[in-house]
Amino acid sequence: MKSFGGKVLFLDRSDINTDEIIPAKYLTEISKEALKPHMLEDLKGFDPRSPEARDARVIVTRSNFGCGSSREHAPWVFEMNDINVVIASSFARIFRQNMFNCGMLAIVLPEDVIERLFGHNDGSAEISVDFGNNTFTISSGKGKETVPYQISDFDRALVEAGGWVEFADAKY
Amino acid sequence: MSSHRRFFIKVRIYDILEHISRRMARFGKERHMALTLAEKIFRSHLRDEPFPGTKVLDIDVVMCHEITTPIAINDLVSRGKDRVFNPDRIKVVIDHVTPAKDTKTAQQGKILRDWARRHEIKDFFDIGRNGVCHALFPEQGFIRPGYTVIMGDSHTCTHGAFGAFAAGVGTTDLEVGILKGVCAFREPKTIRINMNGTVPADVYAKDIILKIVKELTVKGATDCVIEFQGDVVRKMSMESRMTLCNMAIEAGGTSGICMPDRVTVNYLWPFISAEYADKKAALNDCKKWWSDKGCSYVKVIDIDVTGMEPQVTSGYKPDEVKGVSEMAGTRVDQIYIGSCTNGRLEDLKVAAQYLKGRTINPSVRGIVSPATPKIFRDADRLGIIRIFMDAGFCVTNPTCGACLGMSTGVLAPGEVCASTTNRNFNGRMGKGGMVHLMSPAVAAVTALEGKIADPRNFRKEKLK
Repeated sequence: MKSFGGKVLFLDRSDINTDEIIPAKYLTEISKEALKPHMLEDLKGFDPRSPEARDARVIVTRSNFGCGSSREHAPWVFEMNDINVVIASSFARIFRQNMFNCGMLAIVLPEDVIERLFGHNDGSAEISVDFGNNTFTISSGKGKETVPYQISDFDRALVEAGGWVEFADAKY
Repeated sequence: MSSHRRFFIKVRIYDILEHISRRMARFGKERHMALTLAEKIFRSHLRDEPFPGTKVLDIDVVMCHEITTPIAINDLVSRGKDRVFNPDRIKVVIDHVTPAKDTKTAQQGKILRDWARRHEIKDFFDIGRNGVCHALFPEQGFIRPGYTVIMGDSHTCTHGAFGAFAAGVGTTDLEVGILKGVCAFREPKTIRINMNGTVPADVYAKDIILKIVKELTVKGATDCVIEFQGDVVRKMSMESRMTLCNMAIEAGGTSGICMPDRVTVNYLWPFISAEYADKKAALNDCKKWWSDKGCSYVKVIDIDVTGMEPQVTSGYKPDEVKGVSEMAGTRVDQIYIGSCTNGRLEDLKVAAQYLKGRTINPSVRGIVSPATPKIFRDADRLGIIRIFMDAGFCVTNPTCGACLGMSTGVLAPGEVCASTTNRNFNGRMGKGGMVHLMSPAVAAVTALEGKIADPRNFRKEKLK
């Protein structure tokens, strides 16, 4: 199982699409490692070489994250940057499935809870995930808060198996 | 009253109580349950339900292209599982960057080519026979009503035009599909769109789907199948139905879907004639897939297309859509006609009607990519290629290239493209570039004017 948690990168926009996460011109790469420097390269106002990008381990964002293309390069570019958790008020279907298929966590929370998480955006926020208990704790200069979340039994099994290939290969 | 206001959309969200009572009424008479087309496909293909709500389906067709498949192949090799579940159910094409533009794309093609040969996949389409996957595979007769289809490409939803459940998936789902012939889904709900009225002149399937994406928004159909129904769809060609279904994903939809009917049977007849006594028998067989009367929809949207005007996107999201009259006069640098949305013969014919005997404005450049070799050949036979060339268009080989800024028409920063493709994301056709999505008709007259123009102001010429 992957490790979940660490410094939070807040992306305060809805509908962040896969082309913004990893532009199509890098889809000619045949190794995941080659994607690493290009995370969120086409997201306006974001610098992939900034310290906040380098240190991030969790992304907190708004709705419909990962819309657009089916490219699994989007979760991979996060994985290559040690970001294994994305928390949003909703995800595009394919992106969400790709996250769990890679053994990564895509957590959906109501908009008001997401809003509360954004209240911790003071540059110091960190999240630690208690996967066994379906909760995470966010701490920042603004305080500390434990938040419960839900994932389906299938999604949990994928994370525990390390991904869909492992799960499917054992079962089908 | 403006045509925009005449374009009347009524949204009725089903009353929750009615929904529950209907569900309860069905309880106990499972065999007579009213199902949607998508639900019927899920039942007929269910391999396993490892957890409540998770449906593992048998997949009829696994499609592969050179962008998302090589990493799956390499992973299978590294796991010592370099196998395919059934080489006859795997269809492979090199289409995104073809011919290869550099060493990396040449390597991607080579990995796919070597793999297809190694596993004796007979339906492998290389240079000379290759074309845009979602135009090529239907043309080859690979999709049938009731099929399940996956591909590592979000516009796989296109194939729902044949009454199939067709979903774009990531590389891991694709990898498991290749190895095991299965894919897991949460059973999608269905949104039904009833399209009625008279389609006005110069308005096409692209305009209608842009308007629908605007109404649904880019997330309005997430985890849903979009079912297209009504007189307008019944009268549409398969090409137009594919244009509709192609953009289901732009509203977040898992698959577009149309009821397979006489039009579907006629299109597929060269491939299915051996299986049926006659077309009537084939049509009867199609009907078993139709959504039942009384089945459940999460949402029903009624659309009257009468008086609708051509549509164009204005921003960086496919739901940012305006009537062409509002967008007319917008500066463009490049016109692109092609892609899995609008690169089929019908689309080229439409554009050619406006272009015939005219030349494009010298301030812009025009590119047309017939989506498959067959389309290219047919367009040539009909004099359409000549019309494009005489008008000043560059005609490329069949490829996805420009649509996602990979080759054959990448924009420079600050440039604007009038495009018949499906996505206008920031940087989609080249970093710093802007894309306006539109029909082939609007694209053609935009090329003539050198800025976004309204096809209703242009005379169409008859093609031979």
